[in-house]
Amino acid sequence: MTEHVVLRHRDIEGLDQLDTYLENGGFKAFKSIVTKKSPQQVINLVKKSGLRGRGGAGFPTGVKWSFLTPDVFPRYVVANADESEPGTFKDREIMERNPFQFLEGVAICAYAAQASVAYIYCRGEFWDLTKELDRKIEELKERGLVGKKLFDSDYSLEMYTHLGAGAYICGEETALLESLEGKLGQPRLRPPFPAAEGLFAKPTVVNNVETLTNLPPIIERGANWYASIGTEKSTGTKVFSISGNVERPGNYELPLGTSFRELIYEHAGGIPNNLAIKAILPAGASAPILPATEEVLDTGMDYESVPEVGSSLGSASIIVIDETVDIPWVESKITDFFEHESCGKCTPCRDGTYWMKNIFGRVMDDSAQPQEIDLLYTVGIGIQGKCLCALGDFAALAVTSAVERFRPEFDLHVVEDSSKAA
Amino acid sequence: MLSENYPEEIEAILAKYPPDQKRSAVMPLLFLAQREYGSLSLEAVTEVGNLVGLQSTEVASLVGFYTLYHDREGGKYRIQVCTDLPCALRGAQSFADELCEKLDVRMGETTPDGQVTVEEVKCLAACDHAPMFQLQEPNGIHYHEDQSVGSALALIEALRVKDQVD
Repeated sequence: MTEHVVLRHRDIEGLDQLDTYLENGGFKAFKSIVTKKSPQQVINLVKKSGLRGRGGAGFPTGVKWSFLTPDVFPRYVVANADESEPGTFKDREIMERNPFQFLEGVAICAYAAQASVAYIYCRGEFWDLTKELDRKIEELKERGLVGKKLFDSDYSLEMYTHLGAGAYICGEETALLESLEGKLGQPRLRPPFPAAEGLFAKPTVVNNVETLTNLPPIIERGANWYASIGTEKSTGTKVFSISGNVERPGNYELPLGTSFRELIYEHAGGIPNNLAIKAILPAGASAPILPATEEVLDTGMDYESVPEVGSSLGSASIIVIDETVDIPWVESKITDFFEHESCGKCTPCRDGTYWMKNIFGRVMDDSAQPQEIDLLYTVGIGIQGKCLCALGDFAALAVTSAVERFRPEFDLHVVEDSSKAA
Repeated sequence: MLSENYPEEIEAILAKYPPDQKRSAVMPLLFLAQREYGSLSLEAVTEVGNLVGLQSTEVASLVGFYTLYHDREGGKYRIQVCTDLPCALRGAQSFADELCEKLDVRMGETTPDGQVTVEEVKCLAACDHAPMFQLQEPNGIHYHEDQSVGSALALIEALRVKDQVD
């Protein structure tokens, strides 16, 4: 694939400058819908394109918009720029290098949702990036691309950034809304979903940065063009973030359905030092670990195929593990992460991750009793399906999948059975 | 007082949210207070609470929940090294350990001159540029990627020199 849809800055130099962006067709899509299309027409077009949410859940974007409670105003659009999944670093590149396409996507989404205010919730660590986005929004206001009565229509739009302050859970959309309301970032009980009662209890759309950045090309080039890329149910391109034991870690924008093998060996240059690949984490910390079998390597990275081999695509942050790496160590790192990031609201997640971390402490000391591997597994099973959001499930699935698929490696960390030694 | 020293900034922050939703401004105001006071004492928390109509207990719970707020003083500069899985697979742990050794501090400690605190943090979305850290200082947070212990020590030295000139 030679042409980028989202990472267009890689094809066009200086795309982060407004003049260059406008010279390359920037804001034509937004202007065309505000002057010529109804919000419902935009929703229909995005539905037809097959675009699915790029933040992890893969929910059809146009369908999500169509759930907005009719006739209730004001409405809000929130861009989820709280990118925090271990191994995911795509939204940051998009916002740093192709910021205007992202902001135009926010504007298109706001128009479709009939929202006159959009917030961009950036993780607090993206401090410098957020200050830069503020300047870019000012430029858009100066050029009449954001503000009151746009293009002589009745549509007005204001855009604001909002900084988080360090909490992975705020990437979960209802926790994000709580945080944006000045509260602890803890998920809400659903229903009501944000489309009915979101920010300030008003109908709200929350979309990921990459999802939004896909919108201007979809409007400009049409739903059929977009749907022709990728697979039948997973349309379009995806920015795959690949990290860990590969020669060239980075972001690669490829059609959905591209195989793990192509991404790892062709684009990312394979495994350093001629080592063999052992395992793949296809969605950062938040999906079951996959043994890197030939079948898995030949699997297409899309929302249907990855579950067929026992994991999920999530935000498509592929962490590659080579043969020298100890899988229990990988899982101890992941468990540390989730134990730290559990928001504390649901007991199974708050206490379960703490228990698993304790057991991992002994596993990594090689002082675990043989039955503690089973205990680890049982605690994981005990968390699943019992929490308000997916964090608990992800923490548990990481561990239970590893115990199921790499059990012999765990058994190497337990103390020898003294009765057998005699 | 923040309201005396930064009336325009406070007004600009409040203007982002609907007039009846002032609470949304609490997080940006906490960053402002942290910039002013270095850390968020009970007095600072109370002051921010008064600006948005929140009890100090509610504001303090936010300070405890979010990792970028600090309720006790640390170094003027916090070197926050990502040692999460993707970075650890690319040498971040040995980078962090060696940096501590060179600075003669343990992880989480501050150098005797009060300048630098070294901390471990979770994923910063820069996994393809490990080892990396963010520098949290009074005026913001900045990324430093593709680091070596040498480059990190050079940055710390440059900050010391800059402070002496200032």
